[in-house]
Amino acid sequence: MSNWSWEVFAEAFPIVLEGLGITLGLTIACYLFALIFGFFWTFLRRIPFKPINWIVTWVMEFIRSTPPLVQLFFIYYAWPMVPVVGVTLDPFTSAILGLGIHFSTYIGEVYRSGIDGVDKGQWEAAKSLNFSTKQKWTKIILPQAIPPTIPMLGNYLIIMFKEVPLASTIGVAGILHMANSYGAQYWTYLEPLTIVAILFLIMSYPSAILINKLEKKMNRRFDKKEALNSSKGATA
Amino acid sequence: MTEPIVTFNDVHKSFGDVKVLKGIDLDIRPAEKVAIIGPSGSGKTTIIRMLMTLEQPTSGDIIVDGTNLWKMDKKGKQVTANEKHLRAVRGDIGMVFQHFNLFPHMTILENCMTAPIHVKQESKSSAKDRSIEMLKKVGLGDKLDNYPSQLSGGQKQRVAMARALVMRPKVMLFDEVTSALDPELVGEVLEVIRDIAKDGEMAMILVTHEMDFALDVADKVLFLDEGVIAEQGTASEVIEHSKNDRLQSFLHRFRN
Repeated sequence: MSNWSWEVFAEAFPIVLEGLGITLGLTIACYLFALIFGFFWTFLRRIPFKPINWIVTWVMEFIRSTPPLVQLFFIYYAWPMVPVVGVTLDPFTSAILGLGIHFSTYIGEVYRSGIDGVDKGQWEAAKSLNFSTKQKWTKIILPQAIPPTIPMLGNYLIIMFKEVPLASTIGVAGILHMANSYGAQYWTYLEPLTIVAILFLIMSYPSAILINKLEKKMNRRFDKKEALNSSKGATA
Repeated sequence: MTEPIVTFNDVHKSFGDVKVLKGIDLDIRPAEKVAIIGPSGSGKTTIIRMLMTLEQPTSGDIIVDGTNLWKMDKKGKQVTANEKHLRAVRGDIGMVFQHFNLFPHMTILENCMTAPIHVKQESKSSAKDRSIEMLKKVGLGDKLDNYPSQLSGGQKQRVAMARALVMRPKVMLFDEVTSALDPELVGEVLEVIRDIAKDGEMAMILVTHEMDFALDVADKVLFLDEGVIAEQGTASEVIEHSKNDRLQSFLHRFRN
């Protein structure tokens, strides 16, 4: 058993840091995948045909109720063995798919809450002005539905960032993986894993503060100067 | 006599088991101003919402400028209209809502410009010019860059009218447009509607509780009661000289 050694810390630090690019890259890739795929769930759920609705709801529930680690293992180890549709994917792609799909179900719910939050009258006004279905979504509904969800979406980015180390289990060489290999090689885990913890803290904490600010800003949106103008406006 | 711009033929509407409209027959001629009055729950709003394609009739036909609104031909058979058909006919109709329904993420100028640009593919400059002209007409030329949340209820409703007018509808629908306003703001909105009515050309259907206003503006008044048109005629015939008991008691409640 060794004690804390700054020498080891100094030696391990650049090695662990090598994994940072992968960890960040994977986080961003998974997040973008989840953001885009989330829309897919949201729109599927809006199809006004009951059986499809049930299936989609059930599939989403299934994905959310199974641990992301199991999904990751399934995609990486089991999927290649599935007849016909099975393909072998590299660890990075598997991780994007596994974590991306898992989180897209949550992101889809966030979008849904945003869309449900748009007043029914907005849909009717858009219809009365004869917008096409596509214009209704892009010009009227989504610009109102998405901004209030930005803080929630930001929270998911941080949550996801903290789940990304799961990918080290299938060999994606992020910071946790690098620390682990270093530990296995020199039989000293304390310093490299401390480095991992510090790196996560350094990146998560400022993001959390940023999102908090964003949330306050969003809450003020649309009702700026309202008090001032409602009194002034009545006389115009 | 000119051809009607809007015709209702035996139109029924139920919500679940509740029959709201039980056979509406109605002709509205170009430039005609029609007020629909009646107790709440009598189906007034449903009539114009069907015309705006916000509700689908249970049975019957609504004809807009010679085209069946809710039905179309498909291989020689008459079927329920799809969105494409509805969209083609809907362009003739505009609507002002009780709760304004302005787009909160746009300035009031953008509220007016967006539909001409995106729906009618007008150039940005002509859409802008006409929107400014309309907003001036409703007395809001100095508020172009304000957001709806910065306006009073009466101002919002005037923007909503400008927004609908910019689309140059042949028929304009007003759904209890003063009901959500504070009493002192009702006047400014009615004044604008009077102005619009004077311009002529456009047919107007007003669902309203403002009897004096209906008497003043409308060529024709319909009294809707329990899902049917119980009484119709010129404003003075219906509001001042009707023998219908239920209409009398309805009016009495407003006039005491």
